[in-house]
Amino acid sequence: MNSMKQFVKIVFGIVLLASATSCFDKSQPNYQYMPNMYEPVGYETYGGVDNGLFPQGTEAMLPAENTISREWMPYEFENTPEGKELARLQPSPLDSLGRDENLVKGAELYAVYCMVCHGPRGAGQGVLVKREKILGVPSYDDAARNITVGSTYHTMYYGLNSMGSYAAQMSSEKELWQVAEYVMKLKSDLTK
Amino acid sequence: MKQVLNRVQFSKVFGLSLLLLFQLVSVTIHAQEEAAAEETAAPAGDVAAGKQLFNQNCAACHALNRKMTGPALANVEQRLYEDEGLGKEWLYAWIKNSAGMIASGDAYANKIYNEYNQAAMTAFPTLSNADIDNILAYTAAPPPAPPTAGPDVAGGTPVSGSGSGISNEIVLGALALVFGLLVVMLFLVNNTLRKIAEANGVEIVKADAKKRTPIWKAFVQNQFLVFCSVVVLLLGSAYFAYAWMSQIGVDQGYAPIQPIHYSHKIHAGDNKIECKYCHSSARVSKHSGIPSLNVCMNCHKSIYEYTGNPEGPSAEDLANGYTNEFYTKEIKKLYKAVGWDEENQKYTGESQPVEWVRIHNLPDFAYFNHSQHVSVGKIECQTCHGPVEEMEIMYQYSPLTMGWCINCHRETEVQVADNAYYEKIHTELSKKYGVEKLTAAQMGGLECGKCHY
Repeated sequence: MNSMKQFVKIVFGIVLLASATSCFDKSQPNYQYMPNMYEPVGYETYGGVDNGLFPQGTEAMLPAENTISREWMPYEFENTPEGKELARLQPSPLDSLGRDENLVKGAELYAVYCMVCHGPRGAGQGVLVKREKILGVPSYDDAARNITVGSTYHTMYYGLNSMGSYAAQMSSEKELWQVAEYVMKLKSDLTK
Repeated sequence: MKQVLNRVQFSKVFGLSLLLLFQLVSVTIHAQEEAAAEETAAPAGDVAAGKQLFNQNCAACHALNRKMTGPALANVEQRLYEDEGLGKEWLYAWIKNSAGMIASGDAYANKIYNEYNQAAMTAFPTLSNADIDNILAYTAAPPPAPPTAGPDVAGGTPVSGSGSGISNEIVLGALALVFGLLVVMLFLVNNTLRKIAEANGVEIVKADAKKRTPIWKAFVQNQFLVFCSVVVLLLGSAYFAYAWMSQIGVDQGYAPIQPIHYSHKIHAGDNKIECKYCHSSARVSKHSGIPSLNVCMNCHKSIYEYTGNPEGPSAEDLANGYTNEFYTKEIKKLYKAVGWDEENQKYTGESQPVEWVRIHNLPDFAYFNHSQHVSVGKIECQTCHGPVEEMEIMYQYSPLTMGWCINCHRETEVQVADNAYYEKIHTELSKKYGVEKLTAAQMGGLECGKCHY
């Protein structure tokens, strides 16, 4: 009888331990020692704010109208087919002496933002195209499109049809031009 | 879930074999049907070649049965002829030079141009009339029937894959059974031995418990033993208390439920999208930002449904409820948040923020800069964030404690090569420490003020 009681006690203890350790809920954050040392006083980037001062209750908002971000200048061409035709003639403003450096940087950015659809060689055979997620990505050497550095910039700046604008993902005008120059290099490699 | 699989196994195998049988029978029927279809379509153009051309040139903006940037194209030739009275010649001219047609004042060309938000269609002068015939044949061909065998086949494959798991469980169960039997047998043997002993008149000597002092009393009387065990107990509980307290404020493994079920496994793993494609600000700023929804729409303007892998969802995904329909529903959540009207392929302007739950969160008193680590240090995202490309649900991989930071600073060698900006300090420091390669710690990566100020 005695041993039976002991056995019950041991089982009870094990159950208690198990329940204590299994309490950790993965979908809830852990306790903090002193929350007011952890939580910032100012607004956090992308943080939610519920004091009614922000229109959608979030700190992330569109830039104020008629302002331009640092490292950017107003773009003179409109988002229309006519604007694109005008932009076609615009040369790259980057210094041609630093071309090699710009191409290296452009290649890096191309690998991050463009390659997944346009493919490593710019022939329109990226991973997403090969997996048939996105179709109809043209090759850079397409004769009818006849892309130039200016039209490439225009397309990346505004987006075109199914392709979205990539201006928001670049930190400066310079980066966008670097990609445009690299795209032209890919085009010339393809037409070789 | 594995048990369920086990139970279903028989019916699945049975179903599969039935299905195979059925397909064998139906293949012949199908072949006849296809032959018939080809006969009717043959004079117009080559459907297969048309499909290839369509996917290369048209599919970015057109789908067969739904509006995209441009109109749906199923049976376009027939519809155009019946509704507008325009023949193939009009289509040839339009495809080869749509801008020219609009400029020339063609009524229907201008109508369609304005109907689709004046999105100019790229000219395709390189397509020959025969190519266009092929494409039109493809658009006129009946859309291929959805493969009915899909889910069954998908469910069937993992049966063999999870075989090892099942056999493991069987082995464990058998072991438990054997041990249980052993225990019962021991009891029985004990009992019979006792009985035999009793029958033979052997007295079983029981400890005379009454005369001895109970063990706990003996323990209390021995003061040295009490002292020792108290010390051991205190040290032991201090150890566990310390371990428990040092995990407070550490969120390793934290995996909150997000408002949209975004799978890093599908995006970064299967589709190999660069981390920085979406988290672009990690390159250039302190924060590795959550992408704004326009970044999602770069791809999801075209990808409106989840079609998954060609082999279909895995058994694991199905057990978790991650079917193709489930993911498609999540894409619709994105459309709702960003205000994308799928019917008309337009933004409605009514958007609402997606309230993502932040996972990685350093306390306010520690400064961390992403660009410094990602762009200058060239540290892979996975070093700190773990195998994100395998995470169906994102979780915090690293503890993000100070000890963890410091450890990495002690071990990580600084990228000194070709860094003109730091060339001088690199050489001076290497001389000072007498080493070729500097760690982050030797460059001052352990100083308090680097992160706490």
